[in-house]
This record gives sequence, structure tokens and C-alpha cells, in this order.
Amino acid sequence: MLTVILVLVKGLITAVLLLAAFGLMTWVERKVLARFQFRPGPNRLGPAGVLQFMADGLKLVFKEEIIPTAADRVVYLLAPFISLTAAIVAFAVIPWGPPIHIFGQTVPMEIGGPNIGILFIFAITSLGVYGLILGGWASANKYSLLGGLRSTAQIISYELAMGLAVTGVLLAAGSADLNTIVAKQYHLWFIVPQILGFLIYLVTMVAETNRTPFDLPEAENELVAGYHTEYTGLKWAMYMMAEYINMITVSGLATTLFLGGWHGPWLPPELWFLIKVAAFMYFFIWLRATLPRLRYDRLMAFGWKVLLPVALLNTLATAVWVAVR
Amino acid sequence: MLSTVVFWIAAVLAVVGALGVVTTRNPVHTALSLVLTMLSLGVLFLLLHAEFLAVVEVLVYAGAVMVLFLFVVTLLMAGVKPPREEHRMRLAYQTLIAGLFGLILFVLVLHAMVGANWVSTLAGPGGGTFGSIASFGTALFTRYLLPFELTAVVLLVAVIGVVVLGREQE
Repeated sequence: MLTVILVLVKGLITAVLLLAAFGLMTWVERKVLARFQFRPGPNRLGPAGVLQFMADGLKLVFKEEIIPTAADRVVYLLAPFISLTAAIVAFAVIPWGPPIHIFGQTVPMEIGGPNIGILFIFAITSLGVYGLILGGWASANKYSLLGGLRSTAQIISYELAMGLAVTGVLLAAGSADLNTIVAKQYHLWFIVPQILGFLIYLVTMVAETNRTPFDLPEAENELVAGYHTEYTGLKWAMYMMAEYINMITVSGLATTLFLGGWHGPWLPPELWFLIKVAAFMYFFIWLRATLPRLRYDRLMAFGWKVLLPVALLNTLATAVWVAVR
Repeated sequence: MLSTVVFWIAAVLAVVGALGVVTTRNPVHTALSLVLTMLSLGVLFLLLHAEFLAVVEVLVYAGAVMVLFLFVVTLLMAGVKPPREEHRMRLAYQTLIAGLFGLILFVLVLHAMVGANWVSTLAGPGGGTFGSIASFGTALFTRYLLPFELTAVVLLVAVIGVVVLGREQE
């Protein structure tokens, strides 16, 4: 019974923290992007414009809820929920610190610690794809449908390369449990032996979250706004929440798999985890400010013809090295 | 106690999803019902401590196969209305025949279940090795190597077939 309560408490804390992080991320992104572009960014509401995201949230809550007449109501309303739920649930297996001891119990610092941690994240992010394709279809709009299909095709293509890049780490650590993977990086972070896997993961991480330079499906001058064209107010906000929380989840996964998770000297481990995840988030914003976006056919060609063979080679090389060792 | 509650919820949802597949008219709703069934099956696998099997089932079935179903449905059937009542081709008594065959199948499955020798493969708390990655890998590459390789060949044939059939006719 105590385990159930602990899981519920951890789940609640994680969900609240993720949503708060989403709010913070919107402000950080606007400020950092602005600085890259030599302009001040939001600076009117609150110190340095921090409360801007609250104003945006309020505005979105009060927007008119428009549902297209030809839309399939149930699926239309369900799609953003699926995206958001999958994004939050995927974070459940990422350990943000070593196990703590309270109430005489050892509490692992993740919501659930199944010994198939990495695969759980892949399964849940695969489910998150439904939010895109259903949102695109249910809007009864050609542009939405095409945008949704493009996003979905992009994500399922890059999922393959991501899975293979992660398989290298899985082989090197000998376990799919994220706690074990973090523990094995005590002496050497996996970024060093698995540098190729890390680079592949970095590229697929950006493609998975539909961020620039892979955000053609959402580009305004391409398909209006892709799958979320017909979404207003809170439903659109849910899609945005799903996108940012997905970014946080893949950053968390990158930290856990390649940068040693919560390991680090002097500072408390949770703070180290936060710093590493923040570094990846900054990397996302940096990419958005710097790179132009990839044309869709080149994007797909890159994913299938370059990343997938390289990831396969990486997995093969790692498997041979592990078998020989 | 908790596992009984979870089992009943998952079992009911699986049956509801399966019924939804055969009763809905909208093809997208059909695909979504099947996804619900797949997720419920995943939960049932988790209850049996077969975590790897649960995750792989969700990943492959619900996350890849059904997404491809939805691709085809949304691309090809968007805007296609189901034919009106009098134009539909109906086999005579098709509901009755389908129900009869379903009942026969159900009786066969029941007979197989009742006559089976239920040996628990769960070696205590922790679930033993049923459904773990190690046992999967070992079985797949030793005892079931030939079916595994043949499945790979079948998939390759399917891919080649798709490429050949989908190419522009000159």
C-alpha cells in the first residue's frame, strides 16, 4: 500500500514539475531566441518578462473554442490529450537522483523502475504519435491532414535511428534498466565510448520533437501550421505542452544514457541532473536560432539513407566489442 | 487485490475495444478501438510480470502497425462515405454465419483452456524469468532461430513487393 501511495505522490510531483517547467521553457525560449536575434524579448510583465507565460496561459484559456463543423468531435478533442499524456507518462522511468531513504524505506527517484526502462519510453513516445495523426485527420482540413501525416512519417522514421543509437548504450551497459545504466557511468560517461551513438541520438532527438531544423510539418509558410492548424485555445496549448515536455523527456533520456545521469561532484545529484537537462534544452533553442529548416524529402532521405545505416553500424560495432570483451 | 481490480479493468477494456472494432462504421474509430485492445493486452502482460513482452507489444503493435493502418485509412478513405443501405453487397445471413463461427471458435478456445495443464512459470516475487529480455533473446536465437530468420525473409519479400507494386508504371 505504501508503494502505491509513494508512486502516486511521485507521479503527482513529476506531473506538476513538468508543467511548471513547460511554463518556464516558453519564457526561456523567447528570451534566448531574442538575445540570439539582438532584441530584448518579453520584458514587460514581471522582472525580465518572466510572467509572460502566465499572461499567455490566461489568454489561451479565454480564447474562443472553435470546432470545425466537419470535424470528428470525439477524435478532435481526444488528440491533444493523447499527445500530452504520452509526453508526461514517458518521463516516468527517468531517474532524477539516487534512491533516498525516508520513512525507513528506500525510495527510488523515479516513478517506476521496471527493468525495461528504455523500451518503456520508446513505447510511450510511439503512442504519442497518435496525437499528431489523429489531430491532423480529425480537423477535416487538407493542410492539417498533410501536416499530420508528414509529422508522423518523420517521427516514425527517426524513431528507428534513435532506437538503434540507444541500443548501443543498452549493449554497453548490459541492461535496459535506467538505474543500472546510470550506475555503470560512475567512472566514464557513455558519451565517450558511444560518441557515434550520441551524435545520432542528438540528431534524432531534434527530429522526434519536431523542432527546427526538422520542423517543416509545422512551418507557417508550408502547411499553415500542420496538424494543429484548426486547434484554438487550451487544446492548442496542450499540443505545445506536449512538444515542450517531449523535449524535456528526450533531454532527460540523453542525460541518463550519455551524460551519466545524476552523477557529479559537490552539488546535490538532482541539481546536476537539472543542469545537464538544461544544457540540452539550451542546445534545442540554439539550433532553432541558428539553422534553417530541412526540406521534407531531404529530411526523410537523411533519416533513412544516412542515419539508419550509421546507427546499425554503431550497434554492430558495439555488439562486437561487448562480445569480445 | 489491486492486481485483481487492474485485471478486470484491462480485461473489460480489451473486450470493449474488440467489440468496437467490429461494430463501428468509421474506419478511424475501428483503428482506435483496436489500439485500446492492444493497450489492454499490454497491461495484462504486465500483470503476468512479462514486462518485456508488454512493452514490445505496445511498441510494435500499437505504436507501429496501427499507425501504419491509420496512415492508409486517413490517406485513402478520407471523405469516402460508406455505401447506402440498398447498395451494400451483403451475403445472405452474414451476421448469423459470423456469429455461429464465432461461437464455434469460442467453444474451441474454452475446451483448450479447460483441458490445459496450468503450470505456473512465475518463480515467486520478481516473476522469475518468464518474459524477461534474457529469456526472450536466448529462446529466439537458439530454439526458434529458424522461424526468426524465416520471418525476416518474409518481411524482406513484403518490402520488395511494396517497392515493385508502388513504382510508376511506364
